[in-house]
Amino acid sequence: MNETLIQTGWSFFLVLGAVGFGLKLAALLSWVERKQSALIQDRIGANRADIFGLRILGLFHIIADALKLMLKEDFIPPKALRPWHDIAPALSLGCSVLCLAALPFGDRIVFLGRAWSLQPLPLSAGILFALALLSLGVHGVVMAGACSGSAYSLLGGLRAAAQMISYEVAMLSILAGPLFLYGTLDLAEAVRSQAHMFHGVIPAWGIFFQPLAFLLFLCAGAAETKRAPFDLPEGESEIVGYFTEYSGMRFGMFMTNDFVETVLLSGLAVTLFLGGWHLPGLSGLPQPFLGLAQVAVFSAKVCAMLWLLMQLRWTLPRFRFDQLLSLGWKRLLPLSLLNLLVTAWALWWLS
Amino acid sequence: MTPRIAPVRRPEMGFSERIYIVEILRGLWVTSRHFFTNLFRHSLRLLGLRAEPGAVTLQYPDVPARVPPRARGRHRLLLRDDGTPRCVACMLCETICPASCIRIIAEESPDISIEKRAKSFEIDLGVCVYCGYCVEACPEDAIRMDSGQVEMCAYTREGLRWNLRELSKLPDQGIN
Repeated sequence: MNETLIQTGWSFFLVLGAVGFGLKLAALLSWVERKQSALIQDRIGANRADIFGLRILGLFHIIADALKLMLKEDFIPPKALRPWHDIAPALSLGCSVLCLAALPFGDRIVFLGRAWSLQPLPLSAGILFALALLSLGVHGVVMAGACSGSAYSLLGGLRAAAQMISYEVAMLSILAGPLFLYGTLDLAEAVRSQAHMFHGVIPAWGIFFQPLAFLLFLCAGAAETKRAPFDLPEGESEIVGYFTEYSGMRFGMFMTNDFVETVLLSGLAVTLFLGGWHLPGLSGLPQPFLGLAQVAVFSAKVCAMLWLLMQLRWTLPRFRFDQLLSLGWKRLLPLSLLNLLVTAWALWWLS
Repeated sequence: MTPRIAPVRRPEMGFSERIYIVEILRGLWVTSRHFFTNLFRHSLRLLGLRAEPGAVTLQYPDVPARVPPRARGRHRLLLRDDGTPRCVACMLCETICPASCIRIIAEESPDISIEKRAKSFEIDLGVCVYCGYCVEACPEDAIRMDSGQVEMCAYTREGLRWNLRELSKLPDQGIN
């Protein structure tokens, strides 16, 4: 039959699936954030929204929030630079959502006599694609700060720019270590090279070979998502952030963007350090079910990472800005370069 | 005399504190302990089993507030055994009230041994500052603030001016 049509349809379906996965998870995260912080602080958390008296642990707050944000007045300050102020949230959110499509949710499935890829965008330089889009997302944030026509937003945007560019540099050199190890820029290939068992006991996941890089990645990733302890650009209640002049769903898009970025960072961490879709003992399954199991394993790992990131966010106090920059330039960058050197030397010595 | 200066030394940070990772793990241990303990307790209670509450939150409007026994709530005018108010209209509470929220009109009592009694006794609960001076001043122990009622509301200002009959009752005796 029409081969291209099938492939296009399948890719379309996958991209929709990946974007849906990210956005649904982001919506769910707004609930998780409330409930997890409540559990940590011996509270109950948001539980009042109900439909016909049904509350199901406050899950309807997601719908209530979305409705509220959509129905609110979208106020644009008269001093705002018009087109740029309006498209900034879309640029920010669009970049991180698009980035989700680069994640490998599973290996190829052989089904109906044909191999179906479970990676929506099977790029040969997937990791570069992801990093490029993450950097593009910064433009949305800076644009929001600069074009709001408010000095406070501008300062927030400047803080965001300084922070994210600092950590972008460190991020690249952190990821270079594992990429040397796998010898590829393709995210799916990187996962495939974590398949075997090392000495038959530990799975050959990146975290066991690059523990330092994993720690540094968590740190830089948390800074990249602009969430506590690195939430200086927004500073929900204390310091005025770059989205001060936004209201309604445009503000909602910035909030969603934070959560989508968190999902994305967990996805990248799982792909590069936690063995992606691999789980010891899983490869024995028959073919079409193997794919489903892989997607489930990948999602479960992403959820576990999200839990850890949330827990960190509610554990650590916010850094001061000079601490933040010196952590980025004086600790993360040298350590990641050291990690890179050691990795390169070890690989050369072993070969 | 020279001022005495007590130098406060900043606590020295050890290596494990300086690299911060150990401290992060310790913090994670604390928050995770709370998280899992409370999750476990909530789950047990959701299943209908007996367990400690997973949260200290009081669902206030649904669950009545716990008022400590000595808290100063709405005033209560005490009655004698024959049902007449103990108040002898001596005006001490009205005099001492810093908010001037008590308004007493005195009249002669038919009982010769009591001499005076309140014809009307009104407290504007919207003005009252709940200081308890009236209770302290009263020589007859005729007014107390032990009703335990702390939620006073009305649709009009007049609704918060309670008269003698309303003030003599406890919250569970028909008023509110």
